[in-house]
Amino acid sequence: MKKTGIFVAAIALLALAFVFGVQLYRSEQAQQASQTTMQNRDALVRFHSPSMGNASAPVHIVEFLDPACEGCRAFYPFVKKLMADNPENIRLTVRYAPFHKGADDIVRALEASRKQGKYWQALEAMFASQPEWAPDHTAHLDLAWPHLQRVGLDMERLKEDMKSPDITKIIQQDMEDVKALKVSKTPEFFVNGKPLPSFGPEQLQKMVRDELASAQARK
Amino acid sequence: MRQAFQPSTSQPSSASHDSIWALVFGAWLVATISTLGALFLGEVMGYTPCVLCWYQRIFMFPLVFVLAAGLFPLDPRVVRYSLPLAIGGLGTAVFHFAMTKGYISESISPCTQGVPCSQVQVEWLGFITIPLLSVLAFAVITALLIATYFKAPK
Repeated sequence: MKKTGIFVAAIALLALAFVFGVQLYRSEQAQQASQTTMQNRDALVRFHSPSMGNASAPVHIVEFLDPACEGCRAFYPFVKKLMADNPENIRLTVRYAPFHKGADDIVRALEASRKQGKYWQALEAMFASQPEWAPDHTAHLDLAWPHLQRVGLDMERLKEDMKSPDITKIIQQDMEDVKALKVSKTPEFFVNGKPLPSFGPEQLQKMVRDELASAQARK
Repeated sequence: MRQAFQPSTSQPSSASHDSIWALVFGAWLVATISTLGALFLGEVMGYTPCVLCWYQRIFMFPLVFVLAAGLFPLDPRVVRYSLPLAIGGLGTAVFHFAMTKGYISESISPCTQGVPCSQVQVEWLGFITIPLLSVLAFAVITALLIATYFKAPK
């Protein structure tokens, strides 16, 4: 029947146009993202940022995160495992993109805990207890307090340190870099200065694997 | 009464059958393009739909299936089931469009969280916004369905 033919052809054409549009858009986005990153290389890593792992590791992951972001919480164990699977080969640097309301207070607490040498413990505790202190997509420092206490921090000192203007500067600088690098979602990962082509744990794993392989080849 | 004035064609029923089919098919095409467009904006380009956008999606997405079902075999009564969706969508789209233009103030908008509906996220060529496209799509679908209604044999 002729009409069935028209109908099927229309569906095929529209589906094709959609898929083609998605491909075109994605590749353009990826190109733009890597260009933005290239132009703003200085904005990617700052001396003030907390880092973990071998300083001369061949693979350097920069993660922009928000302690109140559910996706960052879900992603964290994966990053940890990736680092555990490749000891000495991955360095992780944390940058802040506190997009959630009140999240900058949590960042202040994290930075203050860094002065007591308990940064990573505090970060893990914050992620673990996130549903309790950010129940409505808004971070509540008062609800996070008991969870920070459990890490074994000197809470009086923490409160004092949180007022530090240095921390304010760190957050300001990170937010400026967020804008320069066009980070709009968290977590956002950069592996050796390159943004992920698309979001997902597999993509991060693949990029790390590729970077490790090319580092091996250079040896 | 006025039958005597109508020109007699060899196959009048088949010709009107074809034109009715074309009208419903046209409405289906607009609904399908709009649906794919909405999915592209939301899922691929990552724009968050505001509350009013969701209501328009709720009116638009079923049209793709309802109208397709009315095409094979052609059933002009598909208007009965699709026109309410089209008119509901048109109303919501006009409301939304008026809000982005500032004719309706944001304070009486039903948006309380997420993306405010009055915020214009996309503007092509300086005047084409998503609510405008939505108004146009629903208007075209409504017009085609009304034309189908009047063309269909009673």
